Amino acid sequence: MAAIEVRELCRTYQVFRKREGVWASVRGLFHREYDVVSAVRNVSFTIDEGEMVAFLGPNGAGKTTTLKLLSGLVVPTSGTAHVLGHVPWKREDAYRRRFSLVTGQKEQLWWDLPAQESFRLHKEIYRISAADYRRRLDELTDLLEVGRLMSQPVRELSLGERMRMELIAALLHRPDVLFLDEPTIGLDVVSQRRVQEFLRHYQREQHITVILTSHYMKDVEALCDRAIVINKGIVIHDGPLAAIIDRFSRHKIIELQFSDNIVPQGLERYGRILESRPPKVRIQVEKQRVSECLSSVLSQHSIDDISVAERPLEDVIAELFSSDDAARAEN
Amino acid sequence: MTASSAQAESETALGEIRARMRLKWLILRTAIEERLTYRADFAFSTLVRFLPIVTQIFLWSAIFQDAPGRSIQGYNFGEMVSYFLLVMLTRAFSSMPGLATGIAGSIADGSVRKYLIQPVDMLDHLFWHRIAHKLVYYAIATGPFALVFWLCRAHLPDFPGWPVMLAFICSLLMSFLIGFLIETLIGLIAFWFLEVSSLVFIYMMLSYFLSGHMIPLELLSKWLPFVDYLPFRYLAYTPTAILLGKIPAAHLPVELLIQAGWIAGLFVLNRYTFNRGVLRYSAFGG
Repeated sequence: MAAIEVRELCRTYQVFRKREGVWASVRGLFHREYDVVSAVRNVSFTIDEGEMVAFLGPNGAGKTTTLKLLSGLVVPTSGTAHVLGHVPWKREDAYRRRFSLVTGQKEQLWWDLPAQESFRLHKEIYRISAADYRRRLDELTDLLEVGRLMSQPVRELSLGERMRMELIAALLHRPDVLFLDEPTIGLDVVSQRRVQEFLRHYQREQHITVILTSHYMKDVEALCDRAIVINKGIVIHDGPLAAIIDRFSRHKIIELQFSDNIVPQGLERYGRILESRPPKVRIQVEKQRVSECLSSVLSQHSIDDISVAERPLEDVIAELFSSDDAARAEN
Repeated sequence: MTASSAQAESETALGEIRARMRLKWLILRTAIEERLTYRADFAFSTLVRFLPIVTQIFLWSAIFQDAPGRSIQGYNFGEMVSYFLLVMLTRAFSSMPGLATGIAGSIADGSVRKYLIQPVDMLDHLFWHRIAHKLVYYAIATGPFALVFWLCRAHLPDFPGWPVMLAFICSLLMSFLIGFLIETLIGLIAFWFLEVSSLVFIYMMLSYFLSGHMIPLELLSKWLPFVDYLPFRYLAYTPTAILLGKIPAAHLPVELLIQAGWIAGLFVLNRYTFNRGVLRYSAFGG
């Protein structure tokens, strides 16, 4: 069953056009000019209950606006959305009790108090029974390993610890839908992995519906099978994560190990040399030239080992968006 | 409707009320704990706030020095001292330090979002938060207040009788509500203009004059007759004048009703502004 249904959602903003110079500023006081910017354009998708979907796109692509629309913080210019049968921007309590939004910013916790005080408040805000509260809190603090930090003021916690507390605050009422906007931004590798592992475990156990935006492809790869790629407000891909590579990557990576402990000259003709560490070399080759390159290399050199791999998702996404930028610059 | 379904319904309604009360209580408790985190700073700022009253008393004793028996617009020296002491007490109820700027700040930095995402009512939340703020303040300020009143006991009026005392207490509590509602309203204006600090400054200046904080309103109303029709007078003057017997006992019910009317009006305006503000906020980007 669909948990989230979005149909042709559009959101435009009027942005004040600020011209340079003092005179222009003075004129701006009397006559303001606005540009209309489309943050989200005709976005449609459906997410089933229990799915965990990644929302990918460069900065300003419309990911956060879409999450704000689905959390009811923003009203759309046109289009419809239903989350768990509710229209988010009506902000009914019945809906607000069933979802959570977690962003990388400090959001839900009282800064000067230990996190447990904020949790206790959440218990009343979301009307969690005492038994459920106790059980969930124990479970979440165990999973996120923050038991010993419960009585420390939030402002004294590290960023990673605070993020884990934010997650607890967001999950205590056991939401059916969770929106995660860059949940690991600014975290060190260890904290990132801990949050990832927790999210994976929790989502599988509770079968909640999750939309995740992240710049860290490691997060995305670890957590999601499906990705919606959005750029300039338009959905450009909606399907399996792996298909992004098939669809958008124009290159593969060939790794060669030569028998005579050297890397021969002239390999540039096959593609870009990514790394050359004799006797090994990694070359980025255009997809359609892979077989030609392999047969040529094998016939001309003595090779100990050979492998062909896909490019990392991160690189493919980066290339996808930067080529888009380049195209925009050309236009 | 069957008897059992009616009973079930009233039980749910009762459960709903209980859940709401529990939430208010917990906001209050949590906010008290939060206030106590900075108790030293809080205690210091509380004590510093007693300095103006000392200068006021010196100022008026200098004014009355030449003719100790004279009266200015119906105030003799003793009444003037009592006036400022009671205004200080009333301001302890009606002043809301940091409320408007706090709301504006949360709108500007986006932390207001939590009130929109969570099933809570922002204005209710802020209200209980402010009660906590006040309770902690009274806990710290009662001692110094008692000391100042004791030192000036010679000037204080006699007990005016329970009806007047009761009217004073009602007016005092309502002054808290009016102060809260006006400052919240100013804070909510940040939904339209992100920066409200100059507005807060203007409000503070105006309310200093027009509430009777600076001088009794009798001295102003000759030149500014409209002060009697503004809500500011309830922030300092009205409760004080009630206790000093400046408002005839027969007028007290009407006076209190008008004050309650202002509260109702401001409350409606607050809700309206909040709803419009949130609409605007969500239309402009959240």
